[in-house]
Amino acid sequence: MLRYLTLRIAQSIVTVLLVTMIIFVIIRLIGDPTHLMLPPEATEADRELLRQQMGLSDPVAVQYWRYLLQLLHGDMGMSYRFSLPALDVVLGRIGPTLLLTCTSLAIGILVGVPLGVASAVRPDGWIDFVAKAIALFGQAAPPFFFGLIFVLVFAVQLRWLPTSGYGGPQYLIMPAIALGWYSAAGLMRLTRSNMMEVLTSEYVRMARIKGVPERVVVYKHALKNAALPVLTFASLQFGILMGGAVSIESVFAWPGMGKLILDSIANLDYAVVQAAVTVSALMFTAINLAVDLLYAYIDPRIRYA
Amino acid sequence: MSDLLRVENLTTWLATESGIITAVDDVSFSVRPGRALALVGESGSGKSMTCSSIMRLLPASGHIAGGRVLFEGEDLLAKSPAEMEAIRGRKIGMIVQDPMTSLNPLFDVEDQVGEVFRYHLGDRSRRARRPKVLDVLSRVQIPAAEKRLGSYPHEFSGGMRQRVAIALNIACAPKLLIADEPTTALDVTVQQQILALLRDLQRETGMAIILVTHDLHTVQRFCDEVAIMYAGRIVEQGPVAEIFARPAHPYTEGLLRALPQLGGQEDRLPLIPGQPPSLASLPAGCRFAPRCRRATDLCRTEYPDWMATAGETRRSACWYADEVLG
Ligand SMILES: Nc1ncnc2c1ncn2[C@@H]1O[C@H](COP(=O)(O)OP(=O)(O)O)[C@@H](O)[C@H]1O
Ligand code: SF4
Ligand SMILES: [Mg+2]
Repeated sequence: MLRYLTLRIAQSIVTVLLVTMIIFVIIRLIGDPTHLMLPPEATEADRELLRQQMGLSDPVAVQYWRYLLQLLHGDMGMSYRFSLPALDVVLGRIGPTLLLTCTSLAIGILVGVPLGVASAVRPDGWIDFVAKAIALFGQAAPPFFFGLIFVLVFAVQLRWLPTSGYGGPQYLIMPAIALGWYSAAGLMRLTRSNMMEVLTSEYVRMARIKGVPERVVVYKHALKNAALPVLTFASLQFGILMGGAVSIESVFAWPGMGKLILDSIANLDYAVVQAAVTVSALMFTAINLAVDLLYAYIDPRIRYA
Repeated sequence: MSDLLRVENLTTWLATESGIITAVDDVSFSVRPGRALALVGESGSGKSMTCSSIMRLLPASGHIAGGRVLFEGEDLLAKSPAEMEAIRGRKIGMIVQDPMTSLNPLFDVEDQVGEVFRYHLGDRSRRARRPKVLDVLSRVQIPAAEKRLGSYPHEFSGGMRQRVAIALNIACAPKLLIADEPTTALDVTVQQQILALLRDLQRETGMAIILVTHDLHTVQRFCDEVAIMYAGRIVEQGPVAEIFARPAHPYTEGLLRALPQLGGQEDRLPLIPGQPPSLASLPAGCRFAPRCRRATDLCRTEYPDWMATAGETRRSACWYADEVLG
C-alpha cells in the first residue's frame, strides 16, 4: 500500500511538471508580451531591455528552472496586467469555477449514476428509454450550446432566470445544468454498462442463491463493484468539466478561471496563464490521488497489494 | 418416505444465437430427505440449467416453459420472487463450480456469511451474528476461523473459498443442497477434501444433496440415486448400485464400460466416440442414435418412451432397455 501510494504521488508530480512545462513553452511560442506592454513607438532596444528585466531573454529551460525554484516558495511571478502576484489573481477567481464545476459534477453523479443503475436493472424498460434519450442529447452537442439554448428559453423567453452574472443560486442553475448534463450522460452510460456486466457475475448470482433481497443484491453487491470504474471516470470528469467551464463561463459571464485564462492568453500575461495552469493541474492531480486512495479503501485487492 | 423435492416434466427454454433451444427437456426426478442424487452427463447436457431452474435463477435468456418443481409439496414455480428469496439460502442452498468468482471480492468473509443470518434469521447486528458465523466456519473446517473473519476472498485458496461458499449455504441448515460440479475447478487432493466435507455435513444435518458431477467414482461412493442426462433429457435413472451393476441404456453402458480403465480421481466422463447433438438441431428420434451401436430405424424416427425396468425403481429411455439390461 505504501509503495502504491509513493508511486502514485511520484506519478502526480511528473504529471504536474509535464503540464506546466508544456504550457510554459506554448505560451512563449504564441507571442511576446513586450509588444503589448510597451507603446508601439518603443524601439527594439527598449523591448530587449524589458525582456531582460523580465528574464525572458534567457533560454526557456533556464526560465523554467527559475520558475520551479520560485514555485517551491509559493511564488508564481507577477501579473503585468494586474500588477499583483499571479497566484493571488488566480486564487481570486478559483472560487466561482470550483462552485460551477463541483455543482456540475454533483448533478452529473446524482442524475447519471441512479439512472444508470435503474436502466441496467430493467434494460429496455421506460427508465432505460428516458435515460438513453438524456445521454444522447447530453453528448450530441457541446455544453455551451445547451447554455445558449437555456438562456434563450428560460431567461429571454420565459424570464424565469437571469441571463448571466454571478450571485445567488438563480445564476448557478443554467450553467451548472448545461455543464452537468454532459457529465451525467457519460456517467450514466458507464454505470449502466458496468452494472449490466456485474449483474451477470457469479458473485451476484451467489448473493441471490443466499436469498439476499434483490434490492441488497443490486445496491450492495452489484453497485459497489460497478462503482469502482465510475469513480475513476468521475474524477477524470472533473478535469473535463474544468475545461468545459471555460466556454460556459464566457456564455454566462461567470467570473471564473476560464475567462481569466482566455483574457490572460489574449494579453500574453504569461505569469497568470502559468499560475492558472499550475493550480489547475495541482488540483486535478490531487483529486485523482484522493480518488485512488478511496479506490484502495473500497477495493481490498488493491489495499493489500 | 415422501419426497423432499419432486421435479415433474420440467422444461426450460433458452434463447441463443441459433434460436430457442430446449436446454431442459421434460425432466422428472425426485430426491428424498437425507439422500444424495447424482446428475451426470456430458458438458452441455443441461445439468446446470436444471439446477438453475429449480432455484429459479436462470439467465435473462432462459424461460421455464413447463412442469412443476415440488419442494416439500409446494410448487416453487408458482412462488412469488419474495417467497423464493425466503426459500433460497434457507431451505435450499447451492454451491457452484468456480469458487474463484462466486464470492464478492469487496466484502469480507464475516459480512458474506453473516448476510445469511441477517436476511433469514433477522440478526441485525454484526456482533450478534459473529458467534454464528464462527460456528458455521468451523463446521466447514476453516482453520483459525476467528482470525479469518476480516479476510477477503482473494486471500483464500480455491479450496478455502469453496468452504466459505459451502458455509454460507449450510448456515441456515437447508433441507436440500444443490452442488453443481463443486470440485471441478479444484486441485485433485482438495477435491477429495471437499467431497468428504459434504458427506460429513450431510450425515450431520440430514440434508439431501443433488450432486452434479463428471466423476463416476464419486457417484458410486457418494450418491444413492443417479440420473443420467443426454442432450437436455434424462435417459436413465434409478438407484446407483443397480444401475452401475446393470445399466439399461446404451449411453450409461458406454460410460460404465470405460470406467475401470480410469484412475480413481479422473474428473471427467469416459470417452464415447462421437459428439452429442447440438440442441439447436436435434435428430428426430433417439438423441443418442448417431452414437449408438444398437440403433435401428425405429430409434432414428421415434423418441423412445420411458421403459420401466427392473421393477418400478428404474427407468430408461431406450426402445431396447430390456435387451441392454440383458
Ligand atoms: N447463459 C447461457 N446462455 C445461452 N446458452 C446457454 C447458457 N448457459 C448454458 N447454455 C446452453 O444451454 C445448454 C445446457 O447447458 P448447461 O445446463 O450449462 O449444461 P451442463 O451444466 O450439463 O454442462 C448448453 O447447450 C449450453 O450451451
Ligand atoms: S433407443 Fe435406440 S438409439 Fe436410442 S439408446 Fe436405445 S438402442 Fe440406442
Ligand atoms: Mg454445468
